[in-house]
Amino acid sequence: MTTLTIHRAGPAMTVQDLGREGYLSIGLPRGGAADRKAICESAALLGQSPDHAVIEMAGMGGVFSVSQPTRISLTGAPMRATIGDRAMVWNASHLLIPEDRLTIGPALSGVYGYIGFGGGIATDPVMGSRSTHLTCGIGAALETGMTLPLGPDRNTDRVGMILPTDNRFEGGTVRYINGPQTALFDEATRARFTQTEFTRDSAANRQGVKLNGSGAGFATADQLNILSDAIQPGDIQMTGDGVPFVLLPECQTVGGYPRIGTVIPQDIPKVAQAPAGAKIQFTCITRAEALSSYQSPAGLTRDLSALCKPLIRDPAQMADLLSYQLISGMITGWDA
Amino acid sequence: MMPLPEILPFGLDAVLVRFDTTMSDQANRAALGFAAHIRNSALPFVEVSSTLASVALRFDPLAVGLDEVTALLQQKLETQDWGAVALPAGRKLWRVPTCYGGDHGPQLAEAAELAGVSTNAAIDALGTSRVRVLTIGFAPGLPYLGTLPPEWNIPRQTALTPKVPAGALVVAIRQFVVFANASPTGWRWIGQTALPLFDPARSPASLFSPADEVIFTPVSEAEFTTARTTPFGSATWEDVE
Repeated sequence: MTTLTIHRAGPAMTVQDLGREGYLSIGLPRGGAADRKAICESAALLGQSPDHAVIEMAGMGGVFSVSQPTRISLTGAPMRATIGDRAMVWNASHLLIPEDRLTIGPALSGVYGYIGFGGGIATDPVMGSRSTHLTCGIGAALETGMTLPLGPDRNTDRVGMILPTDNRFEGGTVRYINGPQTALFDEATRARFTQTEFTRDSAANRQGVKLNGSGAGFATADQLNILSDAIQPGDIQMTGDGVPFVLLPECQTVGGYPRIGTVIPQDIPKVAQAPAGAKIQFTCITRAEALSSYQSPAGLTRDLSALCKPLIRDPAQMADLLSYQLISGMITGWDA
Repeated sequence: MMPLPEILPFGLDAVLVRFDTTMSDQANRAALGFAAHIRNSALPFVEVSSTLASVALRFDPLAVGLDEVTALLQQKLETQDWGAVALPAGRKLWRVPTCYGGDHGPQLAEAAELAGVSTNAAIDALGTSRVRVLTIGFAPGLPYLGTLPPEWNIPRQTALTPKVPAGALVVAIRQFVVFANASPTGWRWIGQTALPLFDPARSPASLFSPADEVIFTPVSEAEFTTARTTPFGSATWEDVE
């Protein structure tokens, strides 16, 4: 069996997949990757289903090696990735051999970076998923020195692929649809909500992201006397003082704060990946509009697969790389 | 007969059937009964869960339209008075050894005073109340239980108690909550159980299911100490007829 060794773990590294469904009635949310699109990108690059588990790295990567040649994918928030002095292209797949030490540094933009593996991470599923869910006591954060099993890789020929990147790592416009509690907010408050430019607060985790606006909060008339009701990822919840939080996959299943609407599934990655300080503005769309671009993870993976291209070394870039190394060598010479 | 509930779109892949906007025993019975009924039907829902007075139903929006889902639910809702429907079959009645007052429930006297009864009368009343799991939420396996007699419509505290331990029994607004893990709370801490409410390695992972019934039977400190080292915190259960 192929294994992955973690020689150095960043502070918030976990195993994630698409989460566990079917437990809302016992208070367990779906959980799973903060950026589900990154899971589909990984699956497309590796030519496998999006059910395979990956490593999620919040803000900072780590150092990894494998016991057998293994196909890997690097997706989600772009991070500085190197093997020795070789820079690894992001949003691409590569072959990692046992001699390699894959070093992944901090996120260059966005928050959550992902390493996928041909065959996926093969830890034992808990309640139908390999996703770690720390606040619910399922799994544990990955730590330096750990070894994880990888599943059998059935598609070993597909390697060295690249996907075009999108711009979901720096905030921007986020689409939402109205929900069961939208009517609790008066029209003026709803209008002001879509006109406000929010800044992603530093308070954010896999449960939700806090947003700061200028001016008054977005409270409802009877803010504190709302009966607790079902909540879900994407819900835009106004806390006691009318400050919006967008809920993410590890949000609770029930909540008592009013919600102005729900961010559409396609745009949840953009919220999760917005780094602290990023600007976010909301736009309300119809359910029909939301549905027109909605895809299941399998459907999205299929479409992304068609966009994968072989990763070809650009001669111009290679020249740059050579000159860079020459200069670096000269500097080393001077230092000596 | 209850007024017809609202059917509201909830995100792209769910609808919410809201029986009421305030908590009532009838609305909760309706939510539990309707959720169980839909779960056992052939309707195209991938997940059905109930909260205090509503039911969330998830579906695949690429396979079935919102109009179709709404029409199917409307039809079901009109078939009977869901507020008068029998609670779902397969429920359990749990008897949970509970140590009331003292270090295990430091706010018992305060809660009793708010309810207008003596501490002993409070233990008698709360310790014999047969309450229902109204919903499970806030944390996995964490039950909201009710409905207690009207004198227990006591408010939440204005300030939070920073921490009560796992298994703590707290009371407010005619309901009990038992905490699955150590937690802050605005409810008053009146007793302690040794219930293992959630264990992902166990099947089922949640000790309680929605609509189960529970009696928090008073036990002595010595009996409670024993309960702590006994499987399921010495809780026993039987099937409800």
